[in-house]
Amino acid sequence: MMNIPCPYCGPRNEGEFAFGGPVKPDRPDPNAVSEEDWVTYLTQVPNPLGPVQERWWHVKGCGTWLTIWRDTRTHDIVDGPSDAG
Amino acid sequence: MPGDRMTSGGRIDRSQPVNFTFNGRSYQGFAGDTLASALLANGVRLTARSFKYHRPRGIIGSGVEEPATLVELMGENASGNRPATTVPLAEGLQARSVNCWPSPAFDLGAINQVIGRFIPAGFYYKTFKWPGWHLYEPSIRKAAGLAAAPSKPPATGHFENRFAHCDVLIAGAGPAGLMAALVAGRAGLRVMIADEGVEAGGSLLNRTLTIAGNPAMDWVDRVTAELATMDNVTHLQNATVWAYREHNYLMVNERAPEYPDILERNWRVRAGHVICATGAIERALVFGNNDRPGVMLASAAQAYINRYGVRPGRRAVVFTNNNSAYSVAADLAQTGIEVAAIIDSRDTVPDAARAMVSGIEILPGHVVTTTQGGRHIRSVEVAPNGGGAIRRIACDLLAMSGGWNPAVHLWSQSRGTLRYDNALTSFVPDHAAQAAISVGAANGELTLAQALQSGADAGAAAADQTAPVAPEATDLAYAIEPLWRVEQTKGKAFLDIQNDVTVDDVHLALREGYDNVEHVKRYTTGGMGIDQGKTGNINIIGTVAMQQGAPLEEIGTTTFRSPYTPVSFGSVVGSREDSVALPYRHTPITGWNKANGAFMYESGARWRRPGYFPREGESFQDTVNRECRAVRNGVGVYDGSPLGTFELKGRDVGRFLDHIYTNIMSTLKPGHARYGLMLSDDGLILDDGVALRLSEHRWIISTSTGHADAINSHMEELLQTRFPDWNVFVTTVTSQWNNATICGPKAREVMAALGTDIDISPKALPFMGFADGTVAGVPARVVRVSFTGELSFEVNVAPRHLAALWDRILAAGAPFGIEPIGSEANHVLRVEKGFLSLGHEVDGTVDPFDLGLGWAMSKKKPDYLGKHAVALRRSGTENRRELVGLVPEPDTMIPEGAPLTPDGARKPTEGLVTACVFSTVLDRWVGLALLENGHARHDETVHARLKDRTIPARVTAPIHYDPEGERLRS
Repeated sequence: MMNIPCPYCGPRNEGEFAFGGPVKPDRPDPNAVSEEDWVTYLTQVPNPLGPVQERWWHVKGCGTWLTIWRDTRTHDIVDGPSDAG
Repeated sequence: MPGDRMTSGGRIDRSQPVNFTFNGRSYQGFAGDTLASALLANGVRLTARSFKYHRPRGIIGSGVEEPATLVELMGENASGNRPATTVPLAEGLQARSVNCWPSPAFDLGAINQVIGRFIPAGFYYKTFKWPGWHLYEPSIRKAAGLAAAPSKPPATGHFENRFAHCDVLIAGAGPAGLMAALVAGRAGLRVMIADEGVEAGGSLLNRTLTIAGNPAMDWVDRVTAELATMDNVTHLQNATVWAYREHNYLMVNERAPEYPDILERNWRVRAGHVICATGAIERALVFGNNDRPGVMLASAAQAYINRYGVRPGRRAVVFTNNNSAYSVAADLAQTGIEVAAIIDSRDTVPDAARAMVSGIEILPGHVVTTTQGGRHIRSVEVAPNGGGAIRRIACDLLAMSGGWNPAVHLWSQSRGTLRYDNALTSFVPDHAAQAAISVGAANGELTLAQALQSGADAGAAAADQTAPVAPEATDLAYAIEPLWRVEQTKGKAFLDIQNDVTVDDVHLALREGYDNVEHVKRYTTGGMGIDQGKTGNINIIGTVAMQQGAPLEEIGTTTFRSPYTPVSFGSVVGSREDSVALPYRHTPITGWNKANGAFMYESGARWRRPGYFPREGESFQDTVNRECRAVRNGVGVYDGSPLGTFELKGRDVGRFLDHIYTNIMSTLKPGHARYGLMLSDDGLILDDGVALRLSEHRWIISTSTGHADAINSHMEELLQTRFPDWNVFVTTVTSQWNNATICGPKAREVMAALGTDIDISPKALPFMGFADGTVAGVPARVVRVSFTGELSFEVNVAPRHLAALWDRILAAGAPFGIEPIGSEANHVLRVEKGFLSLGHEVDGTVDPFDLGLGWAMSKKKPDYLGKHAVALRRSGTENRRELVGLVPEPDTMIPEGAPLTPDGARKPTEGLVTACVFSTVLDRWVGLALLENGHARHDETVHARLKDRTIPARVTAPIHYDPEGERLRS
């Protein structure tokens, strides 16, 4: 059970949050990118061994979507959160 | 053999006899006993049969390390596979041995000893495998698995969970843990100290040491008394720290907490610092027939005499490779047990050790090669280490010590690293991965003085203070030489006594290529089971090392996983059982539904809804037909409250809805509603629903019941992460707006009879219009949407008004024959109309065009979620499965999900039946299906292929009733 720092509520148990997945690159304009790049955007999710930027939703708390950097090897939260983004 | 309870000494209360039964026979012990000590006191030596060979086994340990004597507790609080050494004796306790039938003394499974050489390691994997597994499984399931799981929950009491936070959590209340708690507690830190034993003291309970010149237990009593006075200290006994997770989150299983109706409590603790004061576990020695009853860990023999006042034998031999057994020999002799000899594998015995046991014969450089005896040891054979003349020594107790392993389990669970210490010949903590420190024996500091000082140091460090000098204590310095196994053995030499894994099994695994220690574990099962190899794992590693000629540090350990010792499921679950685990959601008329005979079930997202309202003598189909006829011919009413409802406010709502819905919402006029589809950006259909524009910047949207939570998450994520500058606020109002939906050709008459100040004429309130006002005197919003295909008025009110409104509707509707409608009839009505149901017609493979909803995919909007993905998907040439209607011919029901295959032949499917219902208006069965290229195949005949027959069906448009929609617009 991780201890996730919410920017509004402070450190809270992971059980209060819903996992929002790794942060993907910004959504490209689908009318301005190649089909290949669009499919890459849709289907490829960062999955590194090491720090990954990911989103969590404080659904059983204040409702904030927050972003942290979590080390997938250790669960250490190495950076964040920055709220809303 | 008669019992051998000493007349004085120990920590048992001889004034409180305790009656218990073991394998059906009655015995008596004392308060303070464990089941194991009471059995020994009653002379019961043969207490178990082994897992695989059904060899006779006795009691080997005195705590959680016990590998052999597992018992099943019976009666009201039944539980299986409990080490007898950890079961506190209680009045009326009923226990029996596992692994044997009918008793350990007469065990039919003992035949496995005779055929043992035909069932080596890996036998199971090589023999019982596909395709015959289903033939073997029943008898293997019966033979394996130790005790049976209890068939009933405990008769009384309950489990609970508790959360806690502390500055420092100390695992273990032996000398090091108590010292750390005392120092940290005095410094004012919030301290939690948890220990698996019934009493604090750890190893001090079992030994005869002194601290500051007084008996060590006097010091324990003083420290626990002082801790009890500190408000900042929580001291738990009979509470095992069993898991160490990320971010210093630990689990503590407290058995028998102070409240009588709580069986066990599971603490979930977030700790600033963790001090692992978990002690050390003595390891067994590996020689021939080292599993015979009467062979016992030296530390266990010491515990039975000093703590429980029981002599585990009359004439003992001590076998060791280290110094610690000398204090055991001294204690044994002190209590009147004849110590025939100390067999020490080391060539040289330190003088300090010799000095403790003057008068006892010591055989340095010798080993025990085997033991003799039937159901109990009678003698041992001793020879010089490396070979030589064999000498037989009579004894009824062999106390063995293979050295000490720091209990690094928690440390390793925290991802702390280990290193192999050549002087200690064991793995010890190295680098911490979290805010944790190991102290005392858990850190390889095996003397009492070291334990006290390292505890004091750690307690002070947690408080950022200078450590006090710990009280003075002396005991024999620890020294050891490795002896992983005796090489010249006779008979089976067990590395893992619980799983019957021998030296030969490990050698076989290595020969067959399983040379990684994790593979050895899985192939031989060595180190698995209840004890997880606490006494034997290191000997397996040593045996592998000897065979491969590699140092132990290269072999490494297997992974230490939680739980440290077994934890009952009840404790983990706590109070989150049954309906508490996932509570149901109810609307205000659940009570009315039940009182009126509704058959209730869950209809998505934990909402309890009425399925149908059966009357006396009706079949299920009769009931559904009656409810459907009411809606099609007269009027019905249903409770639509669980539909997801969200209020969106702000300047950018229109723009936002244009992005998440496929059609254009921003052009909707206030006072009007519009149906819409939501896609995910990769083209999946997320949901469908209706948006109402209340005013320029204020909207209500509805979602399907089951997807409301997901849509809430979806909208919030977009708004907070992608469009943080957009002015949109989402409020969940599902439970702030309830509704009763009146539907059917006579719905308008019922509305008029209810009384409303809203003009409900078709012109003033057309289909997809809505208006606010009062209905039956209650403030309401009336919405003209229809999920049944009939004229419908969705009357939305505050939850506090729903029950009264419901009663008024039924009264006003009575002259028109109104019926309450359940989910089943709703399903029939929507299938007749070809309305979608997510999960039936909609899965991850279909897009709006497949469903005939291409019109909802805006071409004008350059971009919205899913537009580009759907276009890309449809740019291929493969045939799509498209929504069609089915008319079974002959008229019969086709099971939902039935595959459609060409001509009903055994060929790849070309679609599936998504729904099939009996239509009262058409007086026949009708269905919906997803069919390859279906839009172009109307009037063709397709075939549903069932197990025993095929059913032909005519393909139609996916709308069986009122295709023009005149009724819902009326």
